[in-house]
Amino acid sequence: MNEKAMRKHRWQSGIFLLIILVLTYLSSAITKFNFVEGMATIPEAIGWIFSNLMVTQESLDKLPKILEKLAETIFMSIAATTTAAIVSLFLGVFGSKTTKVNNFLSIFARFVASVSRNIPVVAWSLILLISFGQNSVTGFLALFAGTVGFLTRAFIESIDEASQSSVEALTATGATYFQVVSKAVIPQCLPQMVSWVLFMVETNIRNATLVGILTGTGIGYTFDMYYKLLNYNAVALVTLCIVITVIIVDLISNHVRKVIL
Amino acid sequence: MSLLKVEGLGKSYTADKQILKNINFDIKQGEFISIIGPSGAGKSTMLRCINRMVDFQEGKITFNHQDVGSLNKKELRNLRTNIGMVFQHYNLVPRLTVLENVLHGRFGYKTTLQGILGRYTEAEKEHAFYLLEKMGIHEHAYKRCNQLSGGQQQRVGICRALIQEPQLILCDEPIASLDPNSSKIIMDHLKSISTEMGITCLVNLHQVDVAQQYSDRIIGLNNGEVVFNGKGHELSEEKIHKIYGTQTKQLIIA
Ligand SMILES: Nc1ncnc2c1ncn2[C@@H]1O[C@H](COP(=O)(O)OP(=O)(O)OP(=O)(O)O)[C@@H](O)[C@H]1O
Ligand SMILES: [Mg+2]
Repeated sequence: MNEKAMRKHRWQSGIFLLIILVLTYLSSAITKFNFVEGMATIPEAIGWIFSNLMVTQESLDKLPKILEKLAETIFMSIAATTTAAIVSLFLGVFGSKTTKVNNFLSIFARFVASVSRNIPVVAWSLILLISFGQNSVTGFLALFAGTVGFLTRAFIESIDEASQSSVEALTATGATYFQVVSKAVIPQCLPQMVSWVLFMVETNIRNATLVGILTGTGIGYTFDMYYKLLNYNAVALVTLCIVITVIIVDLISNHVRKVIL
Repeated sequence: MSLLKVEGLGKSYTADKQILKNINFDIKQGEFISIIGPSGAGKSTMLRCINRMVDFQEGKITFNHQDVGSLNKKELRNLRTNIGMVFQHYNLVPRLTVLENVLHGRFGYKTTLQGILGRYTEAEKEHAFYLLEKMGIHEHAYKRCNQLSGGQQQRVGICRALIQEPQLILCDEPIASLDPNSSKIIMDHLKSISTEMGITCLVNLHQVDVAQQYSDRIIGLNNGEVVFNGKGHELSEEKIHKIYGTQTKQLIIA
């Protein structure tokens, strides 16, 4: 970079910083959010958290019930993710430039992916709530719908990136489409795909709590219930359980990743 | 008797640019032919028209009495089984073993299900080992392909083509990514395939001297047209200029 470009660069950064400051000021003015006041409430909020959100002996009695709901949530997340993975595998193969069967299916796969991905999982829950009501199917479907888009997108990219050359070679030997997909594309992309699926399992266990609050299922429902009963000690216990679960799942999937990659 | 006959072949990817124009040549069983020409002349495109990895619009290609252009899906698969292909970047599946990659060459003979399940006969496995040994890489049979050097990977690629028991092998710049030593090994193997096994080789090359040394015949391509078709020693300085156009002149001046 020469000096002129560097000066220009610095000049640009300055303008950028200024714009961000102005935007921050404007948005807090519009929303009447007072930064100083907001900061002032923090110590009080922390104090409240420590005095109320404590796990007590009494709340520990509820542990078996909480764990049961937690297990339900974990299994639902895993089920939603794996079913979504299977659907996404097909959509990914059809959507990828290297393995597409025809243009129609390719566009269709990309369309499904983008619709599913661009609607947040919370919105999916609320939309599905209307048609399916408050039950675990709704929660399952909400996670499923959000996951299909993300995984399809990820799979398309993995396939595009990893297998163009071997697809060409196997096609040239006279291999059929499914032989090429199963013996060139899948073996090459599998580690990456498994890695994405693990990532989605983690994400979905986290999302499941939120989805559960909205759809009245699993650990989210338990959280919501104790929260509304003002039983903050139980709420703390639920939160703790979720955090521990997420950490454990994270450790397991990191280990699996290390083994397969 | 000719194995491959190309008549009036023409190809364009887009309406505004004709890549191949009225290409004619004839290739006999067991011949070793090099195709040379500047970058963008259409060498790769021409090679891929022969096994219809690229579809062409004009002209006629006859391979082994079959009209390549008019084959249906099943017949096309059959044609490809008879034509091996070797690539500049080897195009193996890097995560799979050498042996698996070689056996991929048998898919053309199998039903989809046999292929997906990876059912190979004892005879096929023995054949794979025989070929690997011939290429001097049998000790790597159970290694993953991405652990091999470029020259070794290219030999795996050749084994994959040979296990198809093809009548013709198409090679698209097989030595362009290799050092001189590995290049010589690969070219020697290709040459012996044509002389000993009687398999016709059609090789895209960038090095004129290599083409002259190994080929029974050289086809020179410039801007989508055949501008030379003859023996290596007939390729005079003047004819090389005709193939490579002004490029070589500029190279010499620079
Ligand atoms: N899939 C494609 N779509 C559109 N144009 C293409 C495609 N493949 C090749 N071309 C064009 O066709 C022309 C010939 O390409 P080709 O790859 O056959 O040349 P080549 O002689 O093999 O060159 P090189 O020596 O660089 O490999 C080039 O101008 C290229 O841009
Ligand atoms: Mg080329």
